[in-house]
Amino acid sequence: MFVTEAFAQDGETTAHQPADAAASAHGETIHADRAHEPGFPPFNPEFYPSQLLWLAITFGVFYWLLKTVIMPRIGGILENRRDRIALDLEAAERMRSDADEAKAAYEQELAEARSRAHSIAHEAKESAREDAEAERKRLDGELDEKLDAAQARIAEVKRSALSEVDGIARDVTDTILREVASIEASQDEIAGAVAEAGR
Amino acid sequence: MEHDPTDPIHQFQINRIVPIRIGDWDFSFTNSALFMVLTVAITAAFLYYTTRGRGLVPSRGQSVTELTYEFTANMLRDAAGPAGMRFFPFVFSIFMFVLVANLLGMFPYFFTVTSHLIVTFALAMLVIGVVIVYGLMKHGLHWFKLFVPPDVPAMLLPLVVLIEIVSFISRPVSLSVRLFANMLAGHITLKVFAGFVFSLGTLGALGILGAILPLLMVVALTALEFLVAALQAYVFAVLTCMYLNDAIHPGH
Repeated sequence: MFVTEAFAQDGETTAHQPADAAASAHGETIHADRAHEPGFPPFNPEFYPSQLLWLAITFGVFYWLLKTVIMPRIGGILENRRDRIALDLEAAERMRSDADEAKAAYEQELAEARSRAHSIAHEAKESAREDAEAERKRLDGELDEKLDAAQARIAEVKRSALSEVDGIARDVTDTILREVASIEASQDEIAGAVAEAGR
Repeated sequence: MEHDPTDPIHQFQINRIVPIRIGDWDFSFTNSALFMVLTVAITAAFLYYTTRGRGLVPSRGQSVTELTYEFTANMLRDAAGPAGMRFFPFVFSIFMFVLVANLLGMFPYFFTVTSHLIVTFALAMLVIGVVIVYGLMKHGLHWFKLFVPPDVPAMLLPLVVLIEIVSFISRPVSLSVRLFANMLAGHITLKVFAGFVFSLGTLGALGILGAILPLLMVVALTALEFLVAALQAYVFAVLTCMYLNDAIHPGH
């Protein structure tokens, strides 16, 4: 449609028919084409076969090149990078879990050490307490013994003192009876009286 | 070159570089073919060269390559799901080819491969062909359910199916015309404003002064055209992904 319109408007060039290959094979191709220009170039069917053929060849080669060489290459690079990033992330994750484990182990050890220290301190305190207890008991026993001995001695002294009191009382009674009342009394009578009075 | 230097159409002219004729067909190696070869060679070389180090930490070039690769992969995965990844080389090839062809066209005196409807239409037909062939291979006749949306009243069904079929047929047309028209219009606009600069510039001092405005326009349009070049390649690739999704999941 466009072509025929262009033909109609372009009165001067309608006389010329589209250039044949023989004419355009000469040096002044542009000039020849210009002279034979049948209107608007994009609607000129003269070059349709050539354009289609060369488009098929170039695009076919382009598609083949991209599909078999270039795109696997780019895809490989991207794949590589993805893998590498995934690996790195995995390694980082592993390291983190290692670190977590180490921290947990450290904390456990710390807790163990702390409890061990606790028990050692406890034992030491306990043994010290026991030692002190034993010492105290020993001292207590010694003191008790000494107390007992002292009490025994006191009792002895008291008994001997008391027995001497009887003798003194008999002597005093004897003396009083003789000096004051001039009564001679036998030792047995005096002892009986003293015992009677002491009761 | 005996042509009007301000002719905005001349840039789309195809010239034979190596005339080749097989039977009645003209398969000459033209400037269009040259730029197709350049597109492929530059793209493949860039992608290959930047990944030579296979760096774990990418270099600058490798980053560009990887970003483009993953960008396309995400685009396809979002549109067609994990099952669509089998088409990744295809989509990546189309995206890179269109993108680099568009961007190469931005160089002055360079030919824009995608400014010719036949090229974009061939690419669009390739996409639709892949969709149809793969859809039929994978789902057999069930694939035609694509044209029968569920939950439509029986009375409306013929109409809806007709609309679906028309919309499917118009896909290669819209896909190819969008890219072609964007590239063509952009380049013509650039050339028209550049032509103003030239024409005014030849008119003397006042003309040079007057040429400043279209010159600024050309600069701004150049930036816009770079955007359009990238954007249209992206749009082409996204639509390719969505159409491929229809081949993989024909249910709506």
